[in-house]
Amino acid sequence: MAEIKLDSLIKSYGPDQVLHHVHADIEDGEFVVIVGPSGCGKSTLLRMIAGLEGITSGEVSIGGKVVNGLEPADRDIAMVFQNYALYPHMSVRQNMAYGLKIRGLPKAEIDRRVQEAAEILEIGAFLDRKPRQLSGGQRQRVAMGRAIVRDPQVFLFDEPLSNLDAKLRVQMRLEIRKLQKRLGVTSIFVTHDQVEAMTLGDRLMVLNGGVVEQFGTPIELYDRPETVFVAGFIGSPAMNFLPATAEGGVVTLDNGASLPGAGGVSGPVTFGVRPEHLVPDAQGPIRVQVQVFEALGANTLVHGVLEGTGTELVVSLPGHETPAPGDVLHYAAPSEHHHLFDAESGARIAP
Amino acid sequence: MLKRVHFPASLLPYLLVAPQVIITLVFFIWPASQAVYQSLLVQDAFGLSTEFVWFENFVYLWDSQQYQDAFGRTILFSAAVAFLSMSFALILAGFADRVIRGSTLYRTLLIWPYAVAPVLAGALWLFMFNPTLGIIPFILEAIGRDWNHYLRGNQAMFLVIIAAAWKQVAYNFLFYLAAMQSIPRSIIEAAAIDGAGPLRRFVTVIFPLISPTTFFLLVVNAVYAFFETFGIIHAVTQGGPANATTTLVYKVYNDGFIGLDLGGSAAQSVILMILVIGMTVFQFRFIEKRVQY
Repeated sequence: MAEIKLDSLIKSYGPDQVLHHVHADIEDGEFVVIVGPSGCGKSTLLRMIAGLEGITSGEVSIGGKVVNGLEPADRDIAMVFQNYALYPHMSVRQNMAYGLKIRGLPKAEIDRRVQEAAEILEIGAFLDRKPRQLSGGQRQRVAMGRAIVRDPQVFLFDEPLSNLDAKLRVQMRLEIRKLQKRLGVTSIFVTHDQVEAMTLGDRLMVLNGGVVEQFGTPIELYDRPETVFVAGFIGSPAMNFLPATAEGGVVTLDNGASLPGAGGVSGPVTFGVRPEHLVPDAQGPIRVQVQVFEALGANTLVHGVLEGTGTELVVSLPGHETPAPGDVLHYAAPSEHHHLFDAESGARIAP
Repeated sequence: MLKRVHFPASLLPYLLVAPQVIITLVFFIWPASQAVYQSLLVQDAFGLSTEFVWFENFVYLWDSQQYQDAFGRTILFSAAVAFLSMSFALILAGFADRVIRGSTLYRTLLIWPYAVAPVLAGALWLFMFNPTLGIIPFILEAIGRDWNHYLRGNQAMFLVIIAAAWKQVAYNFLFYLAAMQSIPRSIIEAAAIDGAGPLRRFVTVIFPLISPTTFFLLVVNAVYAFFETFGIIHAVTQGGPANATTTLVYKVYNDGFIGLDLGGSAAQSVILMILVIGMTVFQFRFIEKRVQY
């Protein structure tokens, strides 16, 4: 059993606080992805869990045991690094056996485990090669192998796919997902790529500027983003944000168009709607003046501005469309796909 | 399509390389050939007559017990200096690599000894080990040891080894530190997560990864101990007592300028020259290739 608990974690470098009160309860066997733009503190958070970075205040516990004071070696974790961090002077076999040897396992047991991991990851053919003789994808597998032979309580992944080419990245992503489900080991994966995050994680923690914006399942984040940041970060192309005013249950956009809004809210708000939720409707209140369109094959992205304003807007339409620049198109959005955020704080306003 | 550019033949390229060629000829090739020529001659002590004797000087050295002793002594001296200075530098670099606060100060202080002239380095140690005035004999006396390197050959040898090694520590330290810092941090972190403590990480990961530097320094230190320690020995012991610290390079000076055996001294120089050429070739040929990963 290895649930991970982060309790009010703070990290400061001198006077600069880079992580603010991070809380999380990660269940046993869960795959959690920490996602955010670069510099948001996600790698720092992972390294604090690993024990490579000191904890300014707060508590990290793994499997019910507070590990703040423990060395990385004593936390029973394994980590896969962005640049793989394989030992260049050791063969693949030695790389994988290193941690086991240090733990003093009998030789037969080490051999068995290395063999088993090599079979899972299909790297048996080059166990006796040096890392420099391997391709990027193979090195990635060896790094994973080094993690799984240890049979740790927790896997930590620090952007392990960012050095791979696009095709390999998609393939490895799937493999990591399958492997994690098969082994059932609690895992934390750091990435800046929201697609990677959405496809891998049981739950996602969105970090921004050292603050947890939201922690939930991918679908929760997509359907009910708690802040403007999460709404804009999750989903591609990003959600449209339109400045608006709420008054008596009606939301009025800057160009005077009215939409049904939430009751009991008044004042400036941000109205959000995803490009794929806008549907053509001759009576629709959202009028878009087309600038350019991108034909992606499966769908067409129409870029334009809200008529009468400078607010940019993207609409995703299924199939092939060829709107002419300057055309004004009318769209409606089903009210269950409306998002309202406080214009000041960016926090979600019901629903 | 490969385009070839033809320059008209001109004097310019020759003029451009001329300074380097002239310096090499005047300061290296000419003295070296003089030494080779001189090694085939025998002169009387007053320089009145010179005789061409082919390899008689070398044959004499080959048979000379004194020369053989100096040879063995030099090898012992070089090995001790290289081992001491390298291992000490390695330990210091290992610690410096882990220091975060005040690392610049720490490094600067460690590099200082390299800026000290060899004779001064010798004088410093000589003063500390002076049997009547020095602090170390004073301390040794307190624990019942008598120190007098003017009388005891072993102690004199020990002293020049310490002085020569001390001066070279800074140089080795710089190279080791640079090598350690070029190891990606994540490899060390991976080893830490794999359960290796600092000492184990050093032995199983850091040390193997800096082995090319170790091989390079081994040759550099051997060359240093063979050829550049004259100043230290001259300042500390003058080769004594009873030739106990006369290394090959000191013997060249001693036989040539004190003993006025110019031919024999030149022959020793030629042998040293061949040794240093051999070591350099060895370094370029083998050590450059001997990269472990």
